Amino acid sequence: MDSTLRLIASNPVDQLARTVEALLVVASAPLSVAELAEACADDPERVETAVGLLRERYTERRSGIVLEEVAGGYAFRASREASDACARLFERPVERGLSQAALETLAVVAYLGPCSRPEIARIRGVAADSAVASLVERGLISEAGRESVPGGAVRYRTTPLFERVFALESLAALPRLDDLGADTGELRDRLLEVASARAS
Amino acid sequence: MRELELDLEAFEGPFDLLLTLLLKEELEPREVDVAGIVISFVENLAERDAIDLEACGEFLVLISALLELKARSLFPEEAAELDDLEPEEAAEELARRLAEYRRMKEASVWLAERLVAERDRWFRLGPAPLAPEPERRLAPQNATSLAEALRGLAVPPPKVSLSHMALRFPPVSQFLERFRSLLGRRRRFDFDAEVGGLSRVEQAVAFLALLELRKAGEIALEQAAPFAPIRISSSRPWPAAAPAGRSPAPPWPDAADEPMPSGAVQSTVPFGLGSSAASQEREEGLELSDSERIETWTARSA
Repeated sequence: MDSTLRLIASNPVDQLARTVEALLVVASAPLSVAELAEACADDPERVETAVGLLRERYTERRSGIVLEEVAGGYAFRASREASDACARLFERPVERGLSQAALETLAVVAYLGPCSRPEIARIRGVAADSAVASLVERGLISEAGRESVPGGAVRYRTTPLFERVFALESLAALPRLDDLGADTGELRDRLLEVASARAS
Repeated sequence: MRELELDLEAFEGPFDLLLTLLLKEELEPREVDVAGIVISFVENLAERDAIDLEACGEFLVLISALLELKARSLFPEEAAELDDLEPEEAAEELARRLAEYRRMKEASVWLAERLVAERDRWFRLGPAPLAPEPERRLAPQNATSLAEALRGLAVPPPKVSLSHMALRFPPVSQFLERFRSLLGRRRRFDFDAEVGGLSRVEQAVAFLALLELRKAGEIALEQAAPFAPIRISSSRPWPAAAPAGRSPAPPWPDAADEPMPSGAVQSTVPFGLGSSAASQEREEGLELSDSERIETWTARSA
């Protein structure tokens, strides 16, 4: 009953959608429903309806601008068909030239964060200082307090920008760690074989 | 032994190399030419101008892990006797850490693939725009109540009591004088016996005084062994008649020349103790080097 009423000409949600649309154009980072609702001084549920309206309007192939759910909020981006044109005019400073070391460090922080440089180094078996510095500079990770012991090392966690660059709705959208490197049994068997091999 | 073609720079640390070696079916750890790797690494090192200590440390970890694996596979029984970890335990631990690393490596591969897949997503990047300054709404006021409020604020605040700060430092000069007069009466004395009844802080200050006297060359210190009693003896003839507190060469000019007003606690601030002497020394040192610098400079320009 209520929803049919809303579709009638002077649709108040349509007006709210225009406001949400305007906010998203101004924003340079994804806006959550809560943030949008506060800015619109409106009800979060109605804002979600408005966002739904906009998502229908701003889809691939329908518009040059696409509204996507990313990094715990909503943000506009260019449609994929415009990517070549974008690439001719713009640079991708965040992800350009990410080294293997930086990607490994990023994976550790994304899955185990907040975690400190010593913890990252323990897992990778290599000092992670320069990789961490590079990721902080790119804005993919940021400081998140210190370890709780006195004089504890600085801990890091991934930023919303990380989720945005990797097109993740949230960190929960990362593949499950258990599904990665699943055949650890094989690794152990090979090592055991080496360890207990009798010189023949 | 098979030739191992290894580009050390291609690996992200020891775990990466170990993982690669172990997962490559064709290469058993026992087949790895460790000496060959060391030689190629040292050659590699010799070509560089500066030694990268981090890379060297990394390499040591790597090579020792390899060496251990190789030793275990060549001499399994001897290794078990030497090691406090059973080979199975060691392998288990290594496997656990390798598995952990491997998962992260796979995650990094996933991230790299994701980057490629999302390469055609472009979006605006930039600092978040400033949030609007929240407007502060003030209730209507009248001048009298504002003046009343101001009057309350204009009263000087009560003095903060420091009485709860129990840590007070007696002046070092007090102990300087005490030790000097003691040495006027006796040739030598025992530090522990002298300060036995004092508090920890007082003992610490007494020890500082001892160091000051030693620095000024007034006393000689002996200690037979660590934590043995400290023996103090006068290192030069000390005029027993000299007035206490006025030494011919006061090591603490501020303490000896400008006595504190009587009854004043010389220092309640922990840093007050050493800093006056230290900063003075520093200033003297600076002055010296400055004047030296000026001399050199004038000599050069002349």
